[in-house]
Amino acid sequence: MSQFGFTINKPRVIDYDLADKRVLSYVLANEPSFNLCIFCGSCTSTCSAGNFTDFNIRKLKMFIRRGLVEELGVEAEKCMLCGKCFLVCPRGVNNRNIVLKVREALTKIESHEL
Amino acid sequence: MDATNNIWKNYQKEIADDHYYYVRSCIRQSFFPASEEFFLKVLKDELGKDIFDDPNHTTCTGIGYHADVVPFETIMTVVARHFALMKESGYKNIIISCVTSFGIYTEIIETWKHFPEVLEKTRENLYKATKREFDIPVNMAHSSDIIYKFRHEIADKLKYRLVNQITGKPLKVVEHIGCHYSKMFPKYGVGGAEFPQVLAGMINAWGGNVIDYPERRHCCGFGFRQYLVQANRGYSAANSKKKFESMEPYKPDLILCNCPGCTMFMDKWQYTISEMEAKTYGENNQGIPVLTYEELAGLVLGYNPWDLGLQFHQIQSEPLLHKMGIEFSQKDKYKTRSGIQMPMPECPANISF
Amino acid sequence: MNKKVVVIGGGITGMEASVQLSALGYSVTILEKESQLGGHLKDWTVLFPNLRKGHEIVSFLEHGLELQEVNVIYNSKINEIKRVNKHYEILLDKQKSINADAILVATGFDLFDAHRKEEFGYGIYENVITSYDLEKIFAQKGEIKTPSGIKPKRIGFIHCVGSRDEKVNNHYCSNVCCVTGVKQAMELKTLIPDAEIFNFYMDMRMFDTHFEELYLESQKKYGINFVRGRLSEANETIDKRIVIKVEDTLTSRPLKMTVDMMVLLVGMEPSKGTKEIANLLNLKLRESGFLKPEDDHTMSNVSNMPGVFFAGTCSGPMSIKYTFTDARAAVTKINCFLKEYELQNRILVN
Repeated sequence: MSQFGFTINKPRVIDYDLADKRVLSYVLANEPSFNLCIFCGSCTSTCSAGNFTDFNIRKLKMFIRRGLVEELGVEAEKCMLCGKCFLVCPRGVNNRNIVLKVREALTKIESHEL
Repeated sequence: MDATNNIWKNYQKEIADDHYYYVRSCIRQSFFPASEEFFLKVLKDELGKDIFDDPNHTTCTGIGYHADVVPFETIMTVVARHFALMKESGYKNIIISCVTSFGIYTEIIETWKHFPEVLEKTRENLYKATKREFDIPVNMAHSSDIIYKFRHEIADKLKYRLVNQITGKPLKVVEHIGCHYSKMFPKYGVGGAEFPQVLAGMINAWGGNVIDYPERRHCCGFGFRQYLVQANRGYSAANSKKKFESMEPYKPDLILCNCPGCTMFMDKWQYTISEMEAKTYGENNQGIPVLTYEELAGLVLGYNPWDLGLQFHQIQSEPLLHKMGIEFSQKDKYKTRSGIQMPMPECPANISF
Repeated sequence: MNKKVVVIGGGITGMEASVQLSALGYSVTILEKESQLGGHLKDWTVLFPNLRKGHEIVSFLEHGLELQEVNVIYNSKINEIKRVNKHYEILLDKQKSINADAILVATGFDLFDAHRKEEFGYGIYENVITSYDLEKIFAQKGEIKTPSGIKPKRIGFIHCVGSRDEKVNNHYCSNVCCVTGVKQAMELKTLIPDAEIFNFYMDMRMFDTHFEELYLESQKKYGINFVRGRLSEANETIDKRIVIKVEDTLTSRPLKMTVDMMVLLVGMEPSKGTKEIANLLNLKLRESGFLKPEDDHTMSNVSNMPGVFFAGTCSGPMSIKYTFTDARAAVTKINCFLKEYELQNRILVN
């Protein structure tokens, strides 16, 4: 093969038609308040972990919605489960439980239950 | 696609009838050598128009401008010089062969309209540099606009139509418009920016069917800025790949472009992708032939495909020629005009020729 | 002798204002260009925010006309309006003319013509429809099918079509499309429970009573998905489905998805009738083309011509609730004017 000196860039468009929605379905089934989230960012601004690391719970929830599950496990581990996100939410979304359910879902995916 | 006819009526462009001054394209001449010659031939011999191919004109320096090497003032002066040459040879209508060049000319004319002090400064610059004076052309068109304007006259002389002789159905043609043709100033493009009609009109007049696929408006990735630096070419190639992936389900027989850069990209990236990812588009892994509109006009009028330079394309056009029922001589393919055999190129690993 | 009020336009505003004026003792005539009253109200199946049936309002208005005497001239075309001393002479077709001591302009709105947004594919791709087309589909009852004839599994709603858009010269917000999007999404989900519904918005404008609660209900009970990102272009796949390209602004990444049907939430524009009457009466217009009041706070129903008042969507986009309120407000103002109350002479410092 010729030496081209470059490789073809991978697209960064989220192709929703190919989204892996297993984590989303599991979280929605077990924590239905996730439906109410309007991604206002109150949870992220008060988050203990988010104030010192790049952990962003709003983005985490959005990635679940879009099926972007590759880095979900690593990110979800960063949560300290302090519960401030649930306390502050204007819509009553139980964000703390969402993190717990994400961790559960990922374990089930690894063990091929989902 | 009939509803688009209503839209493009809003973007009707004035195209001059005759007496043209022609400015050539760097890339079209280098990669598609017969195109411009055939454009001139079609206009002079087939349509009887007066078109002046001025040996004194230069590159518009668009490549330098878009690579941030040539400043705006310089390119305005170069363009002004062409207008001065037009004035001296008595022409008021300009035809531009390259689409990036066309974009530059429109950009400059619009700048002069909105900022008259810049126009004055350009007059000063040109006079200081060359003692020449210029007028803004009355009509400015891209060479594909001219073929579009005379598509019915060409249709009357057709020797071959864009119809698959084996199945009897119209050919499925993907048309790709250069970004600088109408995305900057939709009013300068026939049909506007969303559903440009310049190539679609030609295809329909000559018997083919235009394919509307999801990435139809997407750029092919040819931007001098990213393409010139080797490490950035992956970004360019990714854009063309996106288009190929999108058009594949429609099984196009031909890709038609009006920008020389796009033609080059759509043609050559098929090879690159076939090498890097072992993926070939088109039937039987032969690739999808890519033609300029001059080459297509020459083909349908019955000129010899090898005189049109189709053998110099990356993706070979024989499948298309077979479909259209065009007679050609395989053994003359790589012979010069005087009949001397040239060396034959190697076949790529993943494209079946 | 009773003073005469002519109401131009027989939609909600015209109907409600005329019965209230008649109850106050005036002689009222409605000039309606169509052959029936009711305007756009006839097109809506259920209304926000409480999802009550649209025809109940129609009946309410019609009942008003049974209780109060109002003269209606259908299929009327106004050729000229002349000011004669202190009243108006309105010249209609066929040499008819009618006099008025006061005029109420209630000429309403037109929906934005979605063909103008070429990149959204309305009129080009068969599975792109407007919210208005969807209401017609709801009215037909029966199974919901896309224009291609299949049962949709995924539907996209596009907010802000023809509003907040410099390219079509409508900078204003049409107020009520956001809540319409939520309402129609809920209606669709009720009819097709296993469909995935996405609303693509720039902002969610849930400004009025119970709008926010409706939005919450749509998420909680119906699982409607909301994506913050404006549609850039729509394309058609080989099987006639629509490819939507937005930016998922909350992840800062471009997003694309294929839907079976795309619904454009079209905004309101000043109606053709509004433009014609404004021309005939020399009424001041806002930049948006809607009628401009003498004062935004205290005289929202008063035009720049003496004795000419206006109400309803001819002055700007508004919901049915506000149309009723505006119509009744105009009636009070007209009454004040015709009885020459001292209140008319309040000083307003501009």
